[in-house]
Order: sequence, then structure tokens, then C-alpha cells
Amino acid sequence: MTERTRDEIAGEDRAVLPSGVVPGQTRLGPAHAAPRGGAVRAQARWVHLRAFMENKLAVAGVVFVVLMFLFCFVGPLFWHTNQVTVAMFNTNKPPGGKHPLGTDDLGYDVLGRLMSGGQASLEVGLAVALIATGVGVIYGVISGYVGGITDAVMMRVVDIVLAIPVVYLFIDLAATFRPTLWLLIVVLALLSWLGPARLVRGETLSLRVREYVQAVRAMGGRSGRIITRHLVPNTIGTIVVNATFQVADAILTLAVLSYLGFSLPPPAATWGGMLENGVNFLYDGYWWEIYPAGALIVLTVVAFNFIGDGLRDAMDVRLQRR
Amino acid sequence: MTSYIIRRLGQAVIVILGVTLLVFILRHLLPGSIARAILGVHASPQTIADFNKANGLDNPLPLQYVDYLNQLIHGNLGYSFKQNMTVDSLIGSELPNDILLVGVSMVLSLIIAIPLGLVQAVKRNSITDYTATGVSFILYSMPSYLLGLLLIAFFAVDLRLLPASAPDASSLSGVLANPAGLVLPVVTMTLVTCALFSRYMRSSAIDGLAQDYIRTARAKGVGTRGILFKHLMRNSLIPVITLIGISLPGILTFGLIVEQLFNFPGVGLSYYNAAVNGDYPVVYGVTVLVALVTVLGNLFADIAYAVLDPRVRYD
Repeated sequence: MTERTRDEIAGEDRAVLPSGVVPGQTRLGPAHAAPRGGAVRAQARWVHLRAFMENKLAVAGVVFVVLMFLFCFVGPLFWHTNQVTVAMFNTNKPPGGKHPLGTDDLGYDVLGRLMSGGQASLEVGLAVALIATGVGVIYGVISGYVGGITDAVMMRVVDIVLAIPVVYLFIDLAATFRPTLWLLIVVLALLSWLGPARLVRGETLSLRVREYVQAVRAMGGRSGRIITRHLVPNTIGTIVVNATFQVADAILTLAVLSYLGFSLPPPAATWGGMLENGVNFLYDGYWWEIYPAGALIVLTVVAFNFIGDGLRDAMDVRLQRR
Repeated sequence: MTSYIIRRLGQAVIVILGVTLLVFILRHLLPGSIARAILGVHASPQTIADFNKANGLDNPLPLQYVDYLNQLIHGNLGYSFKQNMTVDSLIGSELPNDILLVGVSMVLSLIIAIPLGLVQAVKRNSITDYTATGVSFILYSMPSYLLGLLLIAFFAVDLRLLPASAPDASSLSGVLANPAGLVLPVVTMTLVTCALFSRYMRSSAIDGLAQDYIRTARAKGVGTRGILFKHLMRNSLIPVITLIGISLPGILTFGLIVEQLFNFPGVGLSYYNAAVNGDYPVVYGVTVLVALVTVLGNLFADIAYAVLDPRVRYD
């Protein structure tokens, strides 16, 4: 009971934290399995999958994300719109006819713009999560495994970058550089790996003193082998769960930055940018320029959060059944 | 205890030094030079050389950094050439407004979130719990400006009850003279912070409920209300201190967004305007200040926690 609650709380901690900040050591991941045989491991995987499928909200999250991908990446193949040149004779049209969701103040079709804006959001979200997690895992595992002064120095570096809130740090950079999609991804990733790094370091600290790690060392296994074959695989649960939340956080941060105007330059579309533009027409009642983009941001972030919650509970299976 | 506090202080000093170094590097990342960024594209080489000499920008970088640190230690955050005033005086006139906005919404959200989290924990998996969890889930999955936007659309545009922007004044008395304009910014800040806090309070209280002392109190015959307020609440309040500490970066970010959305005359809005206008001294000055607040907030939270909860020790 206590174990279960602790994990639950640990998971809920993330909810509490503003995007980009993760209380490294305080969040406990799923318990760690000692290395097991292939068959057992395969069976365990099924248990996880079944546990995940039982979580209706998580499955709904997956379904929504898949639909969102189809909408953003396959949608434009069927719904051809001009998202580059301005059409001044066709601005602020209410929904209907040739434009199911109307047009905005530059004459862009809102439905088509939602699709291309979604591409940016999903690409940035996934790429940032992937890069940040990769960097964070390597950094964290080295810091935790080597320990001592190296660890202290590496963790102070994390503290330093964490001391400046992500949005402020990004605006500092964006005030001087005009972001492109890749620059945006790289910078956001550079600001997001701190959470996973702290998390993985905490896990590594507790894992490296386990008996099986000592056994590998006693049998002459090198540090590289211990790290790649034992430490990283055993933190994979935590890593995957955290990466899912990273996607949600990155999409949210991108939305905030686009809203503040520090994101892709026009004519590129982002959901946050559409909102920023739509605000100007709040008093004119052009609801289609505001609410669809807002709804998609919230729904996508909620979906990724549901998936993350579901994954965390699914990885907990052994604890639940014990 | 003393050694813990000393070590924690040492860490904070190192982190603050690191932050100043980071901002110093950011300053020098400016394309061209600082002088070029401030004097504009039409400045002659002679003007730039004079400017560099006058401001010590022709010294070697390490010396410049020491100089920069020296300025910061003396409380000098920089000089805005665009607005022709020191960053200190700019921030100084706006800081009280921020303290008002953040302070009031922080107190309000604690008043709402602590009892709410307790009730959620005690009545776990009830309709109340699910509703509150669902609402806070949506609130923190929402970019905070969207919430403010919805509030504006409903209360200012549809109902015409409240003004959509903050009072158009720069001083604290001016802001206070028009309290109606404060309602929407404060409500937005409160709701977002509340979603953060109640969730944490709920898990902290659930953890507390499983503890032995609750069972002992119950066995001794303490009533539900006594357990709730005397035992559970007191023990669950300790993590809230940490929570306030770690939430500071998030709250400062919300502050920036809310100020931008409602045109609230605070440091966040100045920072935003400075970033848009390329007023770099203000941008970097505010960044250092924000980082300082974050680090000190975490430091105080950690020390307060160690003082209040004797079980916490530094290894």
C-alpha cells in the first residue's frame, strides 16, 4: 500500500510542476526488475500492455494522438489549402461553404492552418522529447554512476540552467536569434534535458549499489557494460514515462512561446501563433480564429498526459498484483 | 543542521555565480557587439570604440566578467539606453505591482488549494475528487494565457462585467485605484496556481493518511475532524513549503504571460516589451533577477523544510 501510494504521488508530482521542471530525486519510477530470462520478460511485457489497455483514458489518449497525426500529416493531402500567400479578398470569413472553419485575417483557411500548425507542434514536441531524453539519460547515468566530484559538478550545472525559467531563457535567446524549426527544436531540447538528467541520476544512484550490479563488477564487467546493459535498461520505465510528459510540456512551451511571438516567423503556422492572432478579434466575435486552435492545444496536451499516466500505472503492474 | 545550512548556502552561491556567467555569455552571444546592439546600425566605428572604452567593453573577457559581477553585487542591474534610465529604477517602480499580483493570488490559491486537497484525499475517488482532479488536469494542460483569454471572452466581452485589461497606471497606488481591473489577472493567476497546489496537497495528504500516526490517533478515539485538522493538515503542510519553492519558476512564467495578456504594469511586461524592442540591458537584468529569486526561493524552502521537519538531513 505504502509503495503504491508513494509511486502514485511520485507520478503526480509532475502535475504540480511547471513545464520543464522536474524534481529529480523526488519522483520515484516503477520498481526495478532484476535481469530475467527472455520468456519471462516477454510475458511481463504482455502484462504491461494489458494493464495499459485497461486504462480507458490512456487508450483514449493514444487514439486521439493517432487521429491528430492523421489530421496534421495526411489531412493536407486531401484538403488542399494555400497557407503561403495572403488572400486579402477573402479575410475573416465565417465557417461554411468552401471553408468549414472559416478564414483568418490574412485569408488563410483555418482548417488547413490547423493542420500545418499541428505539424509544427507535433514535430517539435516529439523531437524535443527524443533529444532531451537522450541527452538527459546519458548525462544522468554518467553523473550518477561516476559519483563524487564529477557528480557534484555535473549536478550544479543542471541547477544553474534550471535556475532560469525555460520561457525566460528562450526569450533571451529568441530576442537575438530568429528561430527556424530546427533551431527551435535544438534550443528547446537544450533547455529540457535537465529534468530527465536529474531523474536518471537519482535512479542510477540507487541502482549502482544493487547486488546484480556488484555481481557484474565482481565477474569483471566493465563500466560501459554495466551502464548500457544494466543501468539504462532498468531505468527505461521511468525514461519512457518521462519522455511522454516531455512531449506534452514541449507542445505547451511552444504554444506559450508562439503566443508571445517568439517562434516560427510567418507564414509558418503554429497553434499558439494562431491564438495570438485570434485574440485581436475577440471583440469582433470571430470565434473560429480562437477556439479551434485553443481546443487542439489543450486536447493534445491532455492526451499525452493521459498516455504518460497510463504508462506509469502500467509499469507499476508488479506492485499492484503483489 | 548548521552544516546542512552551510552546505546548502555554498551550493546556492555556486549556482548564482553560474547563472551570472550564463547571462554574461548570453550578452556576448549578441550578433555583432553589445555596442552595435545598443547604438544601432548607423553608429560610426569611432562612436563604437568610444562606447566600448567608456563601458569597459574593450577589456579582456574575464576582466569584463569580474566587472559585471562587481556591478551586480552593488545592486546595479544595468542601464537601459533605449529608455534612458537604470534597470534598477525601472524594475523598482514596477516590483510592488508584481508583489501585489503574485502575493494576492498566491495567498488566495493556498487558501483554496489546501482545504480542497485535504477534502480530495479524505474523500478519495468520490465525485468531488474526480471533478476537482479533472478540472485541475485541464487547467495545467492549458497554456495559461488561454485560461485568461477565456475569462476575458466571458467576463469582459460577453457579460461586460469586468475590464479586460489591468489598470493603466505605473505606480502601486495607481493600480490600487482601479481594483476592478485587477480582478481578472488575479483570478487567472489564482486558478492556475491553485491547480498546481491542490494536486500536490492531495497526494501529500493521501501519503499522510497511510501513516501510522493517523491510525494511532484514530485508535485513541480522535474524531474525524480532529484527525483532519490537528494531525493530517499540520503534517501535510510541510511539503507545501517545498512546493512554493519549486513552483517559483512556474509562477514567474505565469506572471510574465498574465502581465502580457492583461497589460499589467509589472516587471514581466517590461521584460517582454524589452525583448520585443531589443532593449537588451533590461532583458538580461530581469533574467538575473528572476534567476536570483528562483535560487533564493529554493534555498529558503529547503532550509525551512529542514528546520520544520527534523527527519530531513543532508547526507
